[in-house]
Amino acid sequence: MSKCRIPLGPFHPLLEEAEFFDIKVEGEKVVDIEMETGWMHRGHEKISETKSYTQSIFLVERICGICSTSHPFAAAHAMEDVDNVEIPERAQYIRIFIGEMERIHSHLLWLGLAGHFIGYDTLWMWAWKYREPVLQIFEKVSGNRNHYAMFRVGGVSRDFDNALIPEIHPTLDMLEKKMLMIAGAAQDDPVLRSRLKGVGVLTKEAAINYCATGPTARASGVDIDVRRDDGLEYDLVDFPVRVLHNGDVYDKLVVRVLEIIDSVNIVRQCLEAFPKVGGEYLNKVKHISPGEGIGRYEAPRGEVFHYIRSDGSNRPLRHKVRAPSFSNIPTYKASCVGIPLADALITLAAVDPCYCCTERSIRVVDKNNKKLEHNLLTMSREKTANLKKAVAGSEKTPIDRIFED
Amino acid sequence: MAFYNKIIKKSIWVFHVSASPCNNCDIEILDLITPGYDVERFGIKLVGSVRHADVLLVTGVVSYKVAPRIKQLYEQAAKPLFVIGIGTCTAGGATFKTSYNKAGIPLENVIPVNAYVTGCPPKPEAMIDGVLKLLGTLK
Repeated sequence: MSKCRIPLGPFHPLLEEAEFFDIKVEGEKVVDIEMETGWMHRGHEKISETKSYTQSIFLVERICGICSTSHPFAAAHAMEDVDNVEIPERAQYIRIFIGEMERIHSHLLWLGLAGHFIGYDTLWMWAWKYREPVLQIFEKVSGNRNHYAMFRVGGVSRDFDNALIPEIHPTLDMLEKKMLMIAGAAQDDPVLRSRLKGVGVLTKEAAINYCATGPTARASGVDIDVRRDDGLEYDLVDFPVRVLHNGDVYDKLVVRVLEIIDSVNIVRQCLEAFPKVGGEYLNKVKHISPGEGIGRYEAPRGEVFHYIRSDGSNRPLRHKVRAPSFSNIPTYKASCVGIPLADALITLAAVDPCYCCTERSIRVVDKNNKKLEHNLLTMSREKTANLKKAVAGSEKTPIDRIFED
Repeated sequence: MAFYNKIIKKSIWVFHVSASPCNNCDIEILDLITPGYDVERFGIKLVGSVRHADVLLVTGVVSYKVAPRIKQLYEQAAKPLFVIGIGTCTAGGATFKTSYNKAGIPLENVIPVNAYVTGCPPKPEAMIDGVLKLLGTLK
């Protein structure tokens, strides 16, 4: 049977962000999938080099609007790692509180969109209805519904108001009840089960080979969670790491629903701790000494990694960002191939891809000769080769000869 | 034109395009049609094609890769089409002001714009207010 090519995107009503999928099908079966990114590139890493450390945190917050705490969390870890800055205990609890509330709203958002993709618009509306009180809590705590601007090097930028605790508890109770309801509905509903069970399976081997992280990996039986593995703030609270073994879309849904309930419990532990733990919430850092630092955090989608190199000035010399979707998106190659086209969309959505997070590099296209597409590495290598010919007069320079010996 | 303006005030159809934003404004736009705000009760509806739309919502700093597509979208739409830039990014660039990959700061550099709703992200109430204020200026 001849192959047929189905282009999807970049501006498609189903896709929230601009991305381009090139799906090749034989009959109804997906045989290959390619994707093109780069639509959302804004040059964060370069802008970050022109901003001070405190400003950088506000900048990395705007890498992604959905997980807008995970990037500052990891960036702050990286900046603190240079000097081993100690964080006050109250600040640690506030960080956990913000991070877990964000996990709740991000997973609810995914749950809604997943429902929308498989034709359960009611689930979409309900999930987003439960998400709204979470955003209102954020507005009370930080002053903004999204982009909370809570993080600073050495702590948090504003204190948590203990008077808000009685207002937050009813929302948490409601969320736990509704999540148990959705978990029960997912188990009982025969249509939802047959639509998601066994669809888009990512085996454990494939998950490890593609370096999948976060719920995508945990649904495939890979036991990783940066919150538990790195510890740091999260040593203060108890939580289980949910690992399921089938690797299909259904398990990814169940992992996320269970994680919402776990996050609710972590937030409850924080709320219990707030009245007991007083004192400072910011350990003011005046200067970051020369050196390197890395920071990791378990974002709702997986592991966020930030690298900072400091030369002792008030600006980072290099700021590298690796988002979870960067390693999760290529798992499409393993999970989408061989399934019917109608299941491809929910499989694409199941890893909760975030393209805004991912797009850190740019490809340069030669305008005069459009067939030639260089990437920066090839350009750099070609320039070296040309220089070798021009300067040394041959393709081999003294360095090459040393390596030959 | 007066006849059209009279009709468009009753029920506006909106198309939303994300032009290299941070996703936040897009999520807040989607929030508008969910039960928290439910703008469909005012007759405002998100549609799947720009050819059906009366209002085009653009979010984000328009990168060089996206800019030609945004122009194409604008050309495809039936006129008159009202363009609203959502978020500070479209108006002044916010933290991306110094980015090397920005074609549209402000968005007027790419397509004609009727109104901006600023904020990072603007609250859903502000977006509704912006759309209604724009419609209020029509005669």
